[in-house]
Amino acid sequence: MDLQAIWFFLWGLLWAIFFMTDGFDFGVGTLIPFLGKSDADRSVMINSVGPLWDGNEVWLITAGGVTFAAFPRVYAVMFSSFYTPLMLILFALILRGVSFEFRHQVDSPVWRKVWETCLFIGSVLPAILFGVAFANIFKGIPIDQEGVFHGNLFTLLNPYGLLGGALFLVLFLQHGAVWLSIKTEGDLQKRSVNAANKIWPVLLTAAVIFLIASFFATDLYDNYLACPALFIVCIITVAALLGIKIFLKKGAYFKAWFSSSLTIVGATFFGIIGLFPNMFPSSIDPAFSLTARNASSSPLTLTIILIVVLIFIPVVICYQIWTYNLFKGKVTQDDLTY
Amino acid sequence: MDVVFLSRLQFAAATMFHFLFVPLTLGLSVLVAYMETKYVRTGDETYLRMTKFWGKLFLINFAIGVVTGITLEFQFGTNWSRYSEFVGDIFGSLLAIEATAAFFLESTLIGVWVFGWNRLSKRAHAIVMWLVAAAGNISAIWILTANGWMQHPVGYTIRNGRAELTDFSAVVFNKFSILEFFHMLPAAFILAAFFVMGISAYHLLKKQHVDLFTRSFKMALVFGLIFSIFIVIEGDMHGVHVTKTQPAKLAAMEAHWETTTRAPIHLFAIPDEENERNIIEIGTLPGLLSLLGYHDFDAEVKGLKDFPKDERPPVLITLIAFRGMVGLGTLFPLLMIIGLFKRNRLTESPLYLRVMLYAIPLPYIAIQLGWVLAEVGRQPWIVYGIMKTSDAASPIAVSQVFTSLIAFILVYGLLGAVAFYLIIKNARKGPE
Ligand code: HDD
Ligand code: HEM
Ligand code: HEM
Repeated sequence: MDLQAIWFFLWGLLWAIFFMTDGFDFGVGTLIPFLGKSDADRSVMINSVGPLWDGNEVWLITAGGVTFAAFPRVYAVMFSSFYTPLMLILFALILRGVSFEFRHQVDSPVWRKVWETCLFIGSVLPAILFGVAFANIFKGIPIDQEGVFHGNLFTLLNPYGLLGGALFLVLFLQHGAVWLSIKTEGDLQKRSVNAANKIWPVLLTAAVIFLIASFFATDLYDNYLACPALFIVCIITVAALLGIKIFLKKGAYFKAWFSSSLTIVGATFFGIIGLFPNMFPSSIDPAFSLTARNASSSPLTLTIILIVVLIFIPVVICYQIWTYNLFKGKVTQDDLTY
Repeated sequence: MDVVFLSRLQFAAATMFHFLFVPLTLGLSVLVAYMETKYVRTGDETYLRMTKFWGKLFLINFAIGVVTGITLEFQFGTNWSRYSEFVGDIFGSLLAIEATAAFFLESTLIGVWVFGWNRLSKRAHAIVMWLVAAAGNISAIWILTANGWMQHPVGYTIRNGRAELTDFSAVVFNKFSILEFFHMLPAAFILAAFFVMGISAYHLLKKQHVDLFTRSFKMALVFGLIFSIFIVIEGDMHGVHVTKTQPAKLAAMEAHWETTTRAPIHLFAIPDEENERNIIEIGTLPGLLSLLGYHDFDAEVKGLKDFPKDERPPVLITLIAFRGMVGLGTLFPLLMIIGLFKRNRLTESPLYLRVMLYAIPLPYIAIQLGWVLAEVGRQPWIVYGIMKTSDAASPIAVSQVFTSLIAFILVYGLLGAVAFYLIIKNARKGPE
């Protein structure tokens, strides 16, 4: 593999880790109004991700920063084309981020309700919009040779895009529900497990429909048909998806969570591999598409940031695992007070 | 109103808002880490209460710093896509390095610090805070390297229609960035010192928690004294380098129209940009501008008239920003030195305490003015000498930027109000 290809897959990997880690935060945030019956329940739910969400979100910042560094033209065209949805995502993330800190500051039910609502909106909106964005990338975007986007927010809200949004939302709901099954106790845990079990068939259905729709709406399968060995990614993803159900049934919630993590990473890579070497395909003319070949930085820059990333990312993963380990087990009273 | 203008407005609003919170994060993190270390070393519970009190204020401030930073990371792509394409090879890599080398550490460990009181040993918990503080300050290095490159591009060549990296170490060791860092850091530390001293003064005036707040006050005083003196010296070196790299900025700072030797500074001046002159000049001090720019009374200073009209920065804004910052920069060491004399009888100096309480906004103003000077004084260039701001914006619709700008104003206005309310509320309440 050459530098551009390495960077293409690293780029995919960063998005995959972002969806895997922040994905369960989004899921938990979305589940608050449905599973959090009492104030105490909602506190437990929020604090189950309290120490972790901020570190998780940095995967998004890094994915963005790496797009800028390794594929500046993609960064420029993608983010200006997705101007409105991206702004919506950013405002949602702002509301979500401050809610964690603000909610416990004033002892009033109304105050808490306000920030729980912000947390909900801040979780559900990005979950859907990231799905819409990626599905549209798989499908192709109306950009001309200058990289100018000919469309608006509603161009992106086509059936296939919305299907992508729905799939992402369900993936994250599943991921969040399993996370809550690990972290909570008693009644809340029962409800979480129940939710996880109910979401699973929906996820399965959404995934199957998406795979079929992709066949008609995108060129994702071309790479797979050219090299059938790649179907291994699909097989692993499907196995992981089945694993969620199996481990849920056994009450092995951590393993179920691991399976849903793998499902998310697999699903992301399914798309990334199908896309290669395209990064932002044009639906007007394939010649206008931005690819890992025509949109990358200079070899010198690619080399320097590769060295940086190869040093720091493993270190980051080590201390993030250390953190997850430090906060493992049920959410306790300690975690509810400062 | 065009896309460029609205994008500039939006960028300025988003960045300046981010920078209301950043400096306190940088400075207070170090102070809180130091307080906690004192607690671990001495076992004195007062230090623990201090750590928790200031830590709480720190966290409210930090939360907003984080969420407003995320928008900035993406704004180069959304609003300045032509710029991003042009400079991504260099500028993008600095942002990517910042995220991997600093943001991860900062954001992961802040969660550990907040929720880890009972899960870590006292020592380990204090170390976590030191790492948070270090990571914040490391992030400043990288973002200022990026900004310094826009101010004074080095280590690049124009190839394939964009700026491509040729010498990474030239970018990292860009003197402009290094001077910015050593200016920014003390500025942040001064701000944190004023914040701590001001809130301590409030409680000392009410004679409550006297021990805890006297200690906080003195700790911040030392911090503030050192850095407020340091920044004057460093600011002076900074000025010399700006003169060398961006002569138009120096001329605009002092509304200096004609190229002369022994160039003067006017204590008070109102420029008239239309007619290329000053309407009023009062208190002319000959040779001082030459001294400021070149450390030589007789040096020749290039006047604004020697720059093409479309390569001059807005003179009035640049001038006001520079005066305001330097004026405040002169006041700060004086306030600190008075504090040095009063430090052992603070509760008997209500006037001084009241002054320090009302001085909290001053370093905030100085820092915002400093950035206005640096950024507005750089206009019309977005990358000095090679790309104009007017060529940098994204090919998007005016309505999009207009809508997002309104949304920024509303959301940030609301956030600012809530943060202000929470910080005041907690500051007033005092320690547990
Ligand atoms: C001198 C320092 C400095 C400057 C000039 C800037 N920032 Fe900042 N930024 C910080 C210093 C900082 C910090 C101290 O590291 C923050 C503030 C609060 C925090 O949590 O980290 C931060 C947070 C922060 C975050 C969130 C990181 C996280 O989740 O931990 C992002 C993505 C950015 N910033 C990006 C930017 C961009 C793109 C800027 C340029 C326009 C910028 N910042 C200017
Ligand atoms: C955090 C402190 C900062 C503040 C308060 C600040 C302030 C400003 C202001 C007031 C403007 C508008 C100038 C004008 O349009 O006349 C501006 C523009 C800009 N600044 Fe900064 N800035 C800061 C840091 C940075 C950094 C660190 C970078 C890059 C790494 C940066 C990049 C830009 C860009 C791209 C523009 C838009 C183009 C322009 O109008 O010049 N700024 N900033
Ligand atoms: C009297 C002493 C001071 C002098 C001579 C001085 C000088 C300067 C100069 C020449 C610049 C322009 C750099 C550029 O164009 O990029 C600058 C920028 C700036 N100043 Fe000051 N300054 C002083 C005090 C202060 C104080 C007290 C603060 C805040 C507490 C401050 C905050 C800033 C900031 C935030 C910037 C923009 C970022 C940077 O360029 O580092 N300055 N200063």
